[in-house]
Amino acid sequence: MDSIISIKGLSKTYNSGFEALKTVDLEINRGEILALLGPNGAGKTTLISSICGIISPSSGSVTVDGFDIISDFRKTRSMIGLVPQELTLGAFDTVWGTVRFSRGLFGAKRDDAYLEQLLKDLSLFDKKDSEIRALSGGMKRRVLIAKALSHEPKVLFLDEPTAGVDVELRKDMWKIVNKLRNQGVTIILTTHYIEEAEEIAERVGVISNGELLLVEKKDELMESLGKKQLLIDLKESVKKIPSILEKYNIELNEEGTQISYTYVVKDETADVSEVLHEITNSGLLLKDLKVEQSSLEDIFVDLVKEEL
Amino acid sequence: MNLTAIKVIYFNEMLRFWKTLFQSVASPVISTALYFVVFGSAIGSRIENIEGVSYGLFIVPGLTMLSVLTQSISNASFGIFFPKFTGTIYELLSAPVSFYETLIGYVGAAATKSLILATIILATANLFVDLNIAHPFWMLGFLVLTCIAFSLFGFIIGLWADNFEKLQIIPLLIITPLVFLGGSFYSISMLPDLWQKVTLFNPVLYLVSGFRWSFFEVSDVSVGISLFMVFLFLAICIAIIAWMFRTGYKLKQ
Ligand SMILES: Nc1ncnc2c1ncn2[C@@H]1O[C@H](COP(=O)(O)OP(=O)(O)OP(=O)(O)O)[C@@H](O)[C@H]1O
Ligand SMILES: [Mg+2]
Repeated sequence: MDSIISIKGLSKTYNSGFEALKTVDLEINRGEILALLGPNGAGKTTLISSICGIISPSSGSVTVDGFDIISDFRKTRSMIGLVPQELTLGAFDTVWGTVRFSRGLFGAKRDDAYLEQLLKDLSLFDKKDSEIRALSGGMKRRVLIAKALSHEPKVLFLDEPTAGVDVELRKDMWKIVNKLRNQGVTIILTTHYIEEAEEIAERVGVISNGELLLVEKKDELMESLGKKQLLIDLKESVKKIPSILEKYNIELNEEGTQISYTYVVKDETADVSEVLHEITNSGLLLKDLKVEQSSLEDIFVDLVKEEL
Repeated sequence: MNLTAIKVIYFNEMLRFWKTLFQSVASPVISTALYFVVFGSAIGSRIENIEGVSYGLFIVPGLTMLSVLTQSISNASFGIFFPKFTGTIYELLSAPVSFYETLIGYVGAAATKSLILATIILATANLFVDLNIAHPFWMLGFLVLTCIAFSLFGFIIGLWADNFEKLQIIPLLIITPLVFLGGSFYSISMLPDLWQKVTLFNPVLYLVSGFRWSFFEVSDVSVGISLFMVFLFLAICIAIIAWMFRTGYKLKQ
């Protein structure tokens, strides 16, 4: 796969002596949506800030489209748009003024038609002459997105784009993200919310304590670490699990009306058909059955627990 | 060179100035007028001419310098401190903009503001006294160089300061005393011998003296030395900034 950002041995120790990133290696594919998942203080913002030039890495190297972020900073930075985690905007600037400022700062030629369309896409156009301080938090978030996209970047970083955002804006945001993706923009977003990563990303990287624990395709991650649960409703309740089923990882609920069989999808020793067969043989009368898949959240909790 | 970036930084800063034009201009104009009423008319009428120049006229260059120095420093320091304070500096740091381009944008705007202000102050002064400038080009030269040098100095303070106290302490504790003791309101020949020698260590003396010479051809030290000192100060500021840049001092971790 063609990679657009290549991170090699990146580490960051802050002046305070705190090691926020410990040798991170990561290849980000051109045109993908990558979610970086991790708890507070994991190092997500530190990683993004290093790539964007907001902080200097302590060691390691990063290239964007083949250019080094330090020796070729002009080329790499003009390819990147960043939506920061905090709502940092000049209170007295107007929406239009600040977006035009951003475009100019990134060295792009003036293009009012493009900016106009951008503001329309973000439902900001009717606010274009408002001062930032008169906007709601959600609208400020939109302004930050508009600023990040003002110079038509190839790579977009969204640092916790949905913090403090309502359902409506979240939907809008995913629409925009999908549109950008279709245009070939590579998108990296950080989040605490597993559903979010599950919903939008193609690959998920899990960060904890400054280490990248894993990066995998979302589906593969679900498959390799995902557990499935086979839930069977019984026609007649029973007091205990029949003895021939005891060797399997089968549990009975309190009312005795449902049994559940939990198995790891990738585990070779798990044989669902054998279990089903045995269940039928045991004389239990089945009413209904369904399979549930564990969410990324469960996977993540397991991963971080292992780490600790 | 990212010229577009320099341009937008410059105009963005100037926009801030226009938006607060009244405050930006009112306070220096009012204080200049007050100085004229107090020193020029009230006290000045009892003071004899200094080297053939009436006292009201004599203080004009010093007054202008007082405003130019303090305003250059406060404009430039505030200009770069504020984004650090609010966090909007992230954009500057993540943009394809070099440190020097940032510097040119901010310092250029601060110096322009000071220049506009100096013009307004001189115009105000002209209402009180009859101002004749002997060497307009020298006057402009001294003015421009001083605006740039002290805007650079302000930029350094803005980078260095990480809170509002630090931002204000140098102008308050160092610059204002130096300006008052640097012969803005008197000729150092009026001082006792020892103090004349001490005053020679005050860099502001050279600025004021050279600037005053361009108006009245009257000076405490020779123009050549004044000019040299302005350039020296400029060079020192640039050297400090170059060092800050090389070490990434205080701009980013
Ligand atoms: N300027 C700094 N100086 C010292 N330590 C810092 C600095 N910035 C961040 N840290 C520390 O580095 C660690 C990683 O911070 P970072 O902001 O990258 O985490 P994060 O994954 O983005 O967290 P969150 O989800 O809360 O945004 C934290 O422990 C934080 O306290
Ligand atoms: Mg963060």
